[in-house]
Amino acid sequence: MKQRLGGLFLLLAAWQLPVIAMAEDLIMTRSVLAFPEAMLALQESIAAHGYTVSRVQRIDVGLTGMGYETDKYRVVFAGKIEEIRQFTDKAPQLTPFLPPKIAIFAEGGQTVLVTINPQQYGEIAGDAIDPAIFDRWESDLRSIFHDVNSAR
Amino acid sequence: MTVHAAPQGDRLYAAHCAACHGETGSGGVGVPLSLPSFLDGIDDEFLRITIRQGRPGRVMPAFKSLSDAQVNAIIRHLRSWSDKPAPTYTRTTIQGDVEQGRQLYATHCAECHGENGDGGKGTGVAFSRKRAHDIVPPALNNRAFLAAASDEMIRRTLQQGRQGTPMQSFIKLGLSGQQINDLVSYVRSFELQQATPKVPHDGHVEAAISMESAYSLEETVENLKDAIISQNFIIIREDTLEHGLVREGEDDPSEKILHFCNFKFLYDALEVDPRIGMFLPCRVTVTEIDGKVTVTTINPVYLGRLFNNDELHEYCVEMKALYTTILEDATL
Repeated sequence: MKQRLGGLFLLLAAWQLPVIAMAEDLIMTRSVLAFPEAMLALQESIAAHGYTVSRVQRIDVGLTGMGYETDKYRVVFAGKIEEIRQFTDKAPQLTPFLPPKIAIFAEGGQTVLVTINPQQYGEIAGDAIDPAIFDRWESDLRSIFHDVNSAR
Repeated sequence: MTVHAAPQGDRLYAAHCAACHGETGSGGVGVPLSLPSFLDGIDDEFLRITIRQGRPGRVMPAFKSLSDAQVNAIIRHLRSWSDKPAPTYTRTTIQGDVEQGRQLYATHCAECHGENGDGGKGTGVAFSRKRAHDIVPPALNNRAFLAAASDEMIRRTLQQGRQGTPMQSFIKLGLSGQQINDLVSYVRSFELQQATPKVPHDGHVEAAISMESAYSLEETVENLKDAIISQNFIIIREDTLEHGLVREGEDDPSEKILHFCNFKFLYDALEVDPRIGMFLPCRVTVTEIDGKVTVTTINPVYLGRLFNNDELHEYCVEMKALYTTILEDATL
């Protein structure tokens, strides 16, 4: 049974393999969708994973408003309030990195997403936070990016 | 008995390469890989070393954890985009006159590849943002490029150019075989003077810049606004750390954030690396705990280490100095 579960896990891991750049400092993926559809898929997946989008920073709007030409570029902030409070309380050095964010920008009719690998937050937090939280964050982010990558 | 399936190059490419180079190799944050003039001009060893070593300081990471079989599978996948067989080159040193090559380089190459072979500015292909070069000219002095590229490969590139990029055939430009050899020798001489990556990967770098304020939370916020504006930033908004995560009015008022931006700086930085959303927008967090007020920002140099981009590192150093000045002005 244990072997079967292990096999199932590997199968699931392999299923997710094609979409997300693995084991790096930054996690990236690409969607063949145009920006508006990719943004919608991102926000839906964030919510489906139990996180709240706290703000969408419209970088492109600010730039064009100041006279600079740019394609669509947004930064999506998302988190869980109880985790954010735990971090600011136990690991205040993490505070300027919170809530975690995902950059999403148009590139040649497609859309690219990039975020910091949550393991980096774990390095900043040191022993103050259970590393299992960052493992789960990373797993959730990869799953969210998989959703956006596979959305059609 | 365990049976290992052969690695699937298309899946590995999708997992490790497509986000930057595009699903079909058309480029993006990374350079285009499917150009026939590129694939038909490079040997497998060039690809193998490039995947293994990346390009230190030039965005492309080193994929050290991939097995040899996985690297070979990715290379086979790349080769599937061309109907021509991969060229083969020896590692023979081409004998040319370095001094003559230096002069030719200054005339024909430096405008795109930089005076010292540092390469063009920016990343990959400029699909969505304007910049000087549509495809970033590679850094010829990069130690991983020099390890990956044989003299024969460099010579063939000079002879044939790269159709679909600004790189022209030097034969068509009228250079002789000897002059091309001189250029090869000059490019090879970069090995003796190659730049070391500027991004500090060794040693401790603080993740955040933090200072205690001598003022109340409200006074510190006002001081910060003045300091931010005096450094030519525009204040975008003021809210709390918990804003948007809890219902209106339930957020903790003792954790304030000021968001600000210098759009010229941002625009220039986006040309250097389109992934810089991780820094955006600039912000300072002000917290009050037991009467002690602290102001904190990210340390851009710390964050910049994740990007493997020497050009971006220079912006990070500048940003760190600006953040430090703002925090000092507001708290002292």
